[in-house]
Amino acid sequence: MNLIGEKISYKPDEQFHLNDVSFNFKKGNLYTILGRTLSGKTTLLKTIAGLLNPDQGSISFEEKDFIKIPVWERNVAMVYQQFINYPHLNVYQNITFPLEQRKLSPEQIKKDVDEALKTVGLVGFENRKIQELSGGQQQRVALARSLAKKAKILLLDEPLVNLDYKLREQLREEFKRIFSEGLSQDTILIYSTTDPQEVMELNGEVIVLDEGKVLQKGPAKEIFENPSNLKVAEISNDPPMNVLKGSKNSKNLNFENISLEIPNHFKNLEDRDYNFGIRASEIKLDENGEEFEIELAEISGSETLLHLKRGNSKIIALIEEVMNFKIHEKVKINFNANKFYAFGEDEKLVSSPYGGTNG
Amino acid sequence: MSKLYTFLKYFFITFWTVFVVAPFLWAVSTSFKDFQSVNSKVTYIPWLDFEPTLEGWRVLIKSPAKGGVDIVEPYFNSIFVTCTASLISIVLGTLAAYALSRFTFKAGFVRNNDITFFFISQRIMPPIVLSIPFFIFLSTIGLLDSLLGLVVVYIVLLMPIAVWIMVDFFNRVPKELDETALIDGCNPYQAFYKVVLPNSIPGLIVAGMFCIIFGWIDFFFAFILTFTEVQLLPVKVVALNSSITPWWSLSASALVSVAPLIIVAFIVERYLSKGNLSGALK
Repeated sequence: MNLIGEKISYKPDEQFHLNDVSFNFKKGNLYTILGRTLSGKTTLLKTIAGLLNPDQGSISFEEKDFIKIPVWERNVAMVYQQFINYPHLNVYQNITFPLEQRKLSPEQIKKDVDEALKTVGLVGFENRKIQELSGGQQQRVALARSLAKKAKILLLDEPLVNLDYKLREQLREEFKRIFSEGLSQDTILIYSTTDPQEVMELNGEVIVLDEGKVLQKGPAKEIFENPSNLKVAEISNDPPMNVLKGSKNSKNLNFENISLEIPNHFKNLEDRDYNFGIRASEIKLDENGEEFEIELAEISGSETLLHLKRGNSKIIALIEEVMNFKIHEKVKINFNANKFYAFGEDEKLVSSPYGGTNG
Repeated sequence: MSKLYTFLKYFFITFWTVFVVAPFLWAVSTSFKDFQSVNSKVTYIPWLDFEPTLEGWRVLIKSPAKGGVDIVEPYFNSIFVTCTASLISIVLGTLAAYALSRFTFKAGFVRNNDITFFFISQRIMPPIVLSIPFFIFLSTIGLLDSLLGLVVVYIVLLMPIAVWIMVDFFNRVPKELDETALIDGCNPYQAFYKVVLPNSIPGLIVAGMFCIIFGWIDFFFAFILTFTEVQLLPVKVVALNSSITPWWSLSASALVSVAPLIIVAFIVERYLSKGNLSGALK
């Protein structure tokens, strides 16, 4: 009874949009697809919806070959990153449209629509024109239309990406509530995003996609704690995880003329060259630390992002207060060695502070 | 500076309005004159300068046997040909444009843009180049000097305009709108007429307006492809000009032939400002 994709490939031009993607989505679960722009997220969702036909591979749902069923008979719902609604209809008509298309009884339609409007918080907006709504409200209408359909597969393609920061935060909170209340146990919810924070907050099963390939699958916590390779570590962190080329010997970790004591979880590591990974939030300003040069300082909300340079290494540090720095100023920083990741020279995870290894 | 700007703005608007409206006023005034008042001296104001007469207008509806010119039949011929050809052009042109905008065609080296260009290229040629082929074509199928023949020719002339405008319009309608309709349970035909078409009304109106204007004002093909059986308005109006130019009835017929376009423009103008697609995307 699951939605199963096997070895799906889609290559409309020179590049793979999807490359050998397989999945097994179970009902009642939330799946997030994490990947940068152009990683194939939208293509994957469109393939599931039936808007694209893969060149290779199969999709089956409830034991039926999904690829043979045309889009309009698949009973899926999709919310786009652009706020797509029917401009010639008002809010209420927008939501009833798919229900009328399915020829439900007027009583049923009214009940479903009212419920959906309530869930997304748009009661009282029924007669508004779409053009009169703000971006966030337009996206709520699109979501309400998808919820009212009670589709078995609900696809959300970066639904928050075109909203401004504040609305995004607010709607993200609501999404969590809506997903836990407004959906039946029959629904498979697939949510794509570029934002690792969204993935962590939604806390579902994650598929990390890059250049059309699945890099890692697993629960959000697992992806965060044990990214299987450097690419995943980069994609699943914002700012991306810092990578420092260095080596381990019997006494120290060495990189850029910095020596650190070997943290406990690295004790059993072979002595050789590694790509060390460290999150931006694990780097602190410290008078007794190592000297780096500031390339750029960005203030974002209540945090400051420092782009730092030393030798050939460029790293980003996340300082949890607003501070002003001059460009090319020297600062001293300290690394939290207990949170170091070690990736091999093949970029695969060798050791993580959370105990995971790759193989 | 802004005062000067305002002054200049109103000055030019006034100037332009006078420039555009003056010939019409002149035609209105002339249409009520008789031979004497047109040819003796310049006269402007009825009753003061000259004695107004309805003769110029009466001639238009009198049959030739009674010394009139009878533009009533050509008038309705023109309306019929223009409307029929425009309607067919819009229907076929819209469907063609939607296909060109949404589907990818490959035939040898021919792609969507080539097909669109092929449509537009029909209008690049000077009409005179088409006149002989059209003449031979219509005479072969026996439609020379007939309304149906003119409709066929006008479709050829008008459909490129419809396709051109509608392709551009559909390209600006987000593809995701059609996709959402498909996901919401419409088959491709329903998606077209339930979602895409209702959101294309401004485009349809613009295309329709251009078709009507170009169809209505065509003189060349109406002149070449008709003789005695069927006459269209522009040909009839020009034919008024004989050894003595009857300025009064010429003015009157010019005014009645412009009238439909003015009415169309007034109706269309309302719709043009209303419709937009801002709700579909962002």
